[in-house]
Amino acid sequence: MSSAHALPSDRASPSAVDLAPKTSFQGLILTLQNFWAAQGCVILQPYDMEVGAGTFHPATTLRALGPKPWKAAYVQPSRRPKDGRYGENPNRLQHYYQFQVILKPNPPNLQELYLASLDAIGVDLKLHDIRFVEDDWESPTLGAWGLGWECWCDGMEVSQFTYFQQVAGFECAPVAGELTYGLERLAMYVQGVENVYDLNFNGGIGADKVTYGDVFLQAEQEYSRHNFEAADTAMLFRQFTDAEKACRTYLDAGAPEGESGRHRMAQPAYDQCIKASHVFNLLDARGVISVTERQSYILRVRELAKACGAAWLKTEGGGAS
Amino acid sequence: MPDLLLELRSEEIPARMQRRAAEDLRKLVTDALVERGFLYEGAKAFSTPRRLALHVAGLPPRGKDVREERKGPRVGAPEGAVQGFLKSAGLASLDQATIVTDPKKGEFYVAVIERPGRDTLDVLAETLPAIIKSFPWPKSMRWGAASAQPGSLRWVRPLQSIVATFGPETETPEVVPFSVDGIAAGTTTYGHRFLAPEAIEVRRFDDYVQALERANVVLDPERRKDIILHDARDLAFARGLELVEDEGLLDEVAGLVEWPVVLLGTFDPSFLDIPAEAIRATIRANQKCFVLRESGSDTLAPAFILVSNLVASDGGIAITGGNERVVRARLSDAKFFWETDKAIRLEDRLPKLDSIVFHEKLGTQGERVQRIAALARELAPLVGADPDLAERAARLAKADLVTEMVGEFPELQGLMGRKYAALQGEHPSVAAAVEEHYKPVGPSDRVPTDPVSVAVALADKLDTLVGFWAIEEKPTGSKDPYALRRAALGVVRLALENECRINLISILRLASVPQIHRMGLKFFTPLADALSTLKNFDFESFKSGFLKNVYDDVNDEVARASAFSRINDSITSLLIFFADRLKVYLRDQGARHDLIDAVFALPGQDDLLMVVRRVEALGQFLETDDGKNLLAGYKRAANILRIEEKKDGRSYEAEPDRAAIAASGEPEEQALSEALVAARASASAAVAAEDFSGAMRALSTLRAPVDAFFDKVIVNADDPALRENRLALLNALRAATREVADFSKIEG
Repeated sequence: MSSAHALPSDRASPSAVDLAPKTSFQGLILTLQNFWAAQGCVILQPYDMEVGAGTFHPATTLRALGPKPWKAAYVQPSRRPKDGRYGENPNRLQHYYQFQVILKPNPPNLQELYLASLDAIGVDLKLHDIRFVEDDWESPTLGAWGLGWECWCDGMEVSQFTYFQQVAGFECAPVAGELTYGLERLAMYVQGVENVYDLNFNGGIGADKVTYGDVFLQAEQEYSRHNFEAADTAMLFRQFTDAEKACRTYLDAGAPEGESGRHRMAQPAYDQCIKASHVFNLLDARGVISVTERQSYILRVRELAKACGAAWLKTEGGGAS
Repeated sequence: MPDLLLELRSEEIPARMQRRAAEDLRKLVTDALVERGFLYEGAKAFSTPRRLALHVAGLPPRGKDVREERKGPRVGAPEGAVQGFLKSAGLASLDQATIVTDPKKGEFYVAVIERPGRDTLDVLAETLPAIIKSFPWPKSMRWGAASAQPGSLRWVRPLQSIVATFGPETETPEVVPFSVDGIAAGTTTYGHRFLAPEAIEVRRFDDYVQALERANVVLDPERRKDIILHDARDLAFARGLELVEDEGLLDEVAGLVEWPVVLLGTFDPSFLDIPAEAIRATIRANQKCFVLRESGSDTLAPAFILVSNLVASDGGIAITGGNERVVRARLSDAKFFWETDKAIRLEDRLPKLDSIVFHEKLGTQGERVQRIAALARELAPLVGADPDLAERAARLAKADLVTEMVGEFPELQGLMGRKYAALQGEHPSVAAAVEEHYKPVGPSDRVPTDPVSVAVALADKLDTLVGFWAIEEKPTGSKDPYALRRAALGVVRLALENECRINLISILRLASVPQIHRMGLKFFTPLADALSTLKNFDFESFKSGFLKNVYDDVNDEVARASAFSRINDSITSLLIFFADRLKVYLRDQGARHDLIDAVFALPGQDDLLMVVRRVEALGQFLETDDGKNLLAGYKRAANILRIEEKKDGRSYEAEPDRAAIAASGEPEEQALSEALVAARASASAAVAAEDFSGAMRALSTLRAPVDAFFDKVIVNADDPALRENRLALLNALRAATREVADFSKIEG
């Protein structure tokens, strides 16, 4: 239990907050950050672009490639335009938070570390049934796959646990372990709440309480409307083509000079790959991409991801000598 | 005799792979031992989510000694031969060889080579790592720092420890000395992840099983299944409920826990408005829990059985509560799907099918529905169904594919459609057909009997078959990705078990019409249109007539001819496929395959029901003395004909000169000639009337004249004209039998 000062607008009186993971969404996030910081991870901030999952963050996609060790953890807001429910479904959101941990190479005790992190956020392992249930992860757009599990807590999936085998079409050597915590779900479980919008966000007590709904309900309504009804499809089609073209242009412009040279623009190019992927998700939600076209768009994004991965491997971060 | 204990402990192995992996481990290790001459008394393998274990009992401590005598060169042989012998036998000099005297060949050197048997422990240390490194997991992975190097160990999930001991019961066994990718075999393992996390020392199989049991691990998956099943039944019984048993789920759940703890959860009875199958599907697929029903009734109870892996400190209250929350959320989703789906009529969903690709080359589900509806309408009268109802049912049959519920649980396709159809007031036969048109799924599934269901089920399967045949996607060997064998067997069973008269050739032609359209050949449109409105029409004559009429308008005669032959080839090939399916089906029913061949060898056999009736009648006939003797007579006639036709280099297909026989033939010859005319005519008439027993009876009148003929008459008469006429008479017998079957295909 701890207390903190309230939001600046409430300056008049210090308010009561409880930042324990069981009472506060942000407390849960802070606890996970502290836990993984203690394991030597760099704690990053969310990537400043729209992505469908924490995996798209270059700190995972690009850093998973190449021989250099890497440990990072971060929250990543994730956008799934199709999952919007106008704020009416207690479990589904078109924008939600993932907590992402990436450890390269995976330490031998990654499962134990994961379980310790659950303990840290208040999941009593003597009381709850934690299970590792087969779930092989694949991202067709990233050309990536790995083996691992869904982690169940009392029958609810609370995390994804993956040993990356391939990213951007390249073998991972060494393999990275990736943990993805579904923060809202985990928080709902820990807080004992049935509706995501009822989550206590700030740990505030009484009048000081700010709920998840206070922060995001209006956004869910507006973005659902946008994603399904209003998103400008002509513009989006254009943006897809533009991003695709820009990605190629940047890759060419930064291409190594000579055999042993380094690539000089892998990351800006990869941003355009991220962009194309998100624009595709929006078009998909608008229902303007037919089943057959769908596959070809996914392939186009994958080609960008592969080219960016290849470029990254020719950079210092990618381990190029 | 010593035992081997091997345990490969890893992170959680997918439930579906455990059983097979344990079996593979047993086989690979015992095969390797046997191959090296090590016999054993027994071997058994086990699996849990976190380990594969193998016990091989009764191995010898070491292999057998081998003594081998190798013959060398003659005493006094050239130096080269001697040196070669010494080298190959591994001797330093001839002093180590013995000299053997052979009375014929003189004196020879012989080397006696003795190889002591190898220690079993050494052989295990050599073979086990190789087996582990090349273990046949369906999917495997690399991990950790070692994965930076190429060729690092692959396992289904990270392999954490190896126990490998070998030794007799009375002594402390030895560790099999090997290591794989830095993991050294030893005697240390771990029990249950949460209940007994401490290290355990194990030595041999018996104490291994007990030590695990004390550490909350039930090693044997069969025992875990037993525990789950009995505890689940007991828990249900205590509440006046019954477990809805589910073998597949039981297998899976037993592979998810090392220490099964069965708990009972409940949900709000208001969820029972959702169709029971949907409740079961969601609870099973998403939660891997069992559903329960009220004792002695089919009604689901608002409760479920969950299997946890933990003896919780609160007795499982939190675990049950957590699972109930998830089940509640899932059922809320299902209820939402059910309510939303009910609000939209099935026919209003049809446009959505236009955007679902059925197969890249066969168009959308929407187009498929159009084809099936048209075909079902044509098939309806043949199976006694109302054409309007059959067409309606076919139109609605696939609509549930775009409902929320089926989107979430594809295994509920058909079933949900039926519920929605009934709710929107469709005719009961239409609603039933929406579900049943997928049936029969496989050889043991129920065959629908409502004529509307039969019509739509036939249309669905025929359209599938004709379509995939037209795009050359036929099953090959073990590959049948579109389950076309199952579809054809479905057609066979639908026709036979409902006693439907269907001429496959005309139906297949009808079903081919859309494929002709699809080929985009404009000049086929009139043909296709004509085909689609005619039943049982004569394709060949229409083809020639059509060709003549439109000849002037068609420029590309080659393309037209090739398209025609493609469709025709495809139909012929499909007919053969159906014949094969029918054979498999009849063989399973105990029919003789040679009789099926004998009937199929006749031209135009495309009515499955008639083929079967004929096979039955033929089988019964051949059981009688008349039948057996007639078959013997036929074989004798056929043999003589074969030999003589070969000898003469010609065939005797012409009708016999009956006037000559009547005038001057032997009495037996005359009798046979007359009997053949009568029998053939009445067999033919009986076949035309589909009275196959009658046809067989007609043939049975031939027995006595045939026997008498062979008794008294010499076929190979000296007079060539006489001989020729007698051979022609035998040919007439062959021809008469062909009225009912090709007797040459019959064995015995």
